[in-house]
Amino acid sequence: MEEVMSKKERISRYVVLCLLSVFILTPFVLGLWTSFLPTADISSGSLFSTHISLDNYVNAMKNTAIIRYLLNSLVISVLTTAFQLIFCSMSAYAFVFLKFRGRNFLFGLFLATMMLPFEAEVIPNFATMRQLNLLNTYSVMVVPFLTSAFGTFMLRQNFKQIPAELKEASDVCGLSHWKFYTKVTLPYAKISLLTLASYSFLSSWNQYLWPMLTTFSDKYRPVQDGLRQLQSQETFNDWGMIQASAAIVVIPTLIVLFIGQKSFKSGINEGAVK
Amino acid sequence: MTIELKNIGKSYDGNSWTLNGITTEIESGEFFAIVGPSGCGKSTLLRMIAGLISISEGKIEIDGKDVTNLPPQDRNLTMVFQNYALFPFLSVRDNVAFGLKEHKMDAEEIKRRVDEALDMVNLTEYGDRKPRDLSGGQRQRVAVARAIASDAEICLMDEPLSNLDAQLRGKMRSEIRMLQQKLGLTMIYVTHDQVEAMTMADRIMVLHDSKIQQIGTPLEIYNHPANTFVAEFFGTPRMNLLEATYDARLNKLVVDESLEFDCEDGMDRDDYIVGVRPSGFSVEKAADRSNARVVNAEYLGNMSIVELELDGGDEIRVTVDDEMNHDWMINQRMLVKPQGIFYIFDKTGKLFAKGGSSNGTSRSEEEFVATAAR
Repeated sequence: MEEVMSKKERISRYVVLCLLSVFILTPFVLGLWTSFLPTADISSGSLFSTHISLDNYVNAMKNTAIIRYLLNSLVISVLTTAFQLIFCSMSAYAFVFLKFRGRNFLFGLFLATMMLPFEAEVIPNFATMRQLNLLNTYSVMVVPFLTSAFGTFMLRQNFKQIPAELKEASDVCGLSHWKFYTKVTLPYAKISLLTLASYSFLSSWNQYLWPMLTTFSDKYRPVQDGLRQLQSQETFNDWGMIQASAAIVVIPTLIVLFIGQKSFKSGINEGAVK
Repeated sequence: MTIELKNIGKSYDGNSWTLNGITTEIESGEFFAIVGPSGCGKSTLLRMIAGLISISEGKIEIDGKDVTNLPPQDRNLTMVFQNYALFPFLSVRDNVAFGLKEHKMDAEEIKRRVDEALDMVNLTEYGDRKPRDLSGGQRQRVAVARAIASDAEICLMDEPLSNLDAQLRGKMRSEIRMLQQKLGLTMIYVTHDQVEAMTMADRIMVLHDSKIQQIGTPLEIYNHPANTFVAEFFGTPRMNLLEATYDARLNKLVVDESLEFDCEDGMDRDDYIVGVRPSGFSVEKAADRSNARVVNAEYLGNMSIVELELDGGDEIRVTVDDEMNHDWMINQRMLVKPQGIFYIFDKTGKLFAKGGSSNGTSRSEEEFVATAAR
């Protein structure tokens, strides 16, 4: 609903919003800007230098494993996202549409795992992975994240909003649970699935602690840890190049957010029921 | 396809009955309405017939075959829901074809049936639209098309018109009735609206307090209500129910000193309830001999609904033809007299006898029903 605002109120709101966006955007702009500057200028503090070039980017791609890191992250994030979508939606379906004993208790248990911070699970998970001999592989970064309590919770809430009559109408048509899941539930919850996909892709892409502990070579190292690696490898930090790498790493994030935002249209399920 | 319900009951908690002792037979090609106030279990009964809800007691037979434990798809029926239950991500065509595709029908046959069904509900041009681009009435017609596209001969409808506005409801009422006749469907139609039931159904089942109150044709139910609940539920405005005592000396039922009803012999107790339709009173302006005062009057154009308070304290509703050209004034004194038919119920509310004659000046009930059905 649109509010009616006086002119004065509107101006003051815009001023506040502008100030906030400057505050938030400055580091990004600064980072992007420095990625075009030679390291010499950056370290001497002359930020308004005019020696702008793409040298840092060329350098980053030629001399570091950044492309490999990107590829690793892409594999890990895509796999994680795909599996989370499948497993979360299936378990959410069970929690909503299948009636079985102890359903609510089981769901409570699910939720309880959400209360536990990931940091608290790191050591047992690490021990398990070492036992399984999975350290320094793609698996070690995918398997612990195949499903998520949050995703299940989110989709369950969404599936619960599917009108009971759609299930009844499908029952009258003779749809099996599998068919109702694929033909009705998933299309109906498209928006939530996209939201979950963006969320799990980004959280997988931005992982730092877990891969730092479990990967030891550039062959499997994802981007965030790769970036950290760039800093310590050289005695003298090539800040321009590191900035350029960081800028490259951010690009997929932006793409995901952009696509996500475009598809987060509301009202897509209007018309199912009055 | 005949449907037989044999002593059906439903209890969710094992203690109290949501439905109890439901027994009836629905003929092939019949339009059977289940009517009752909200919470009477009518939707539950429909879902039990559909197989969506399990039955706690009793048996359901379709064409002589016991289907009590069969899943919905094996009962060969379709269902239309109050809130349409369309799939928002599918086009109108795909919505109508939804069930057919599940039955592995070949594409051409599906196309033919969908075209036919859409044509029948006048939605041919809307086939490629999504439900959200349609109005409420059109959405409900898509739901109806989905039901008739299938070859099922039994169609269950759960208050399909209650989300539509009054005008559209009237139109859809006759459309659904015509389709049912044309296709020879056996229809079970749940509604809380007595007018819908009266105008559409061949037979009506009245549900209340988890039990059947009465089953009969609209005319039977209107003219011979089995009890006060049915009597009050059917007919607008509502029937007046007045407590009366039987005076054996006069052979009259006395409501108060100035309002009495003649009755036949055979009254066997003292207290009864007299039911009088709003058309069953005559109202006269009489200064000297009056027994009621006007509380409120509503003009409806062709008639007025007048609320009066009898001197005994009871309030009654009376319909008066506006040809009488009354100028109703609040608190005006009136003389109210019985005219035509009235019903006598015993204290438990069961119909005991019907009194009076139908050849008074008021419009007879048969005539009223006939008008309403048109």
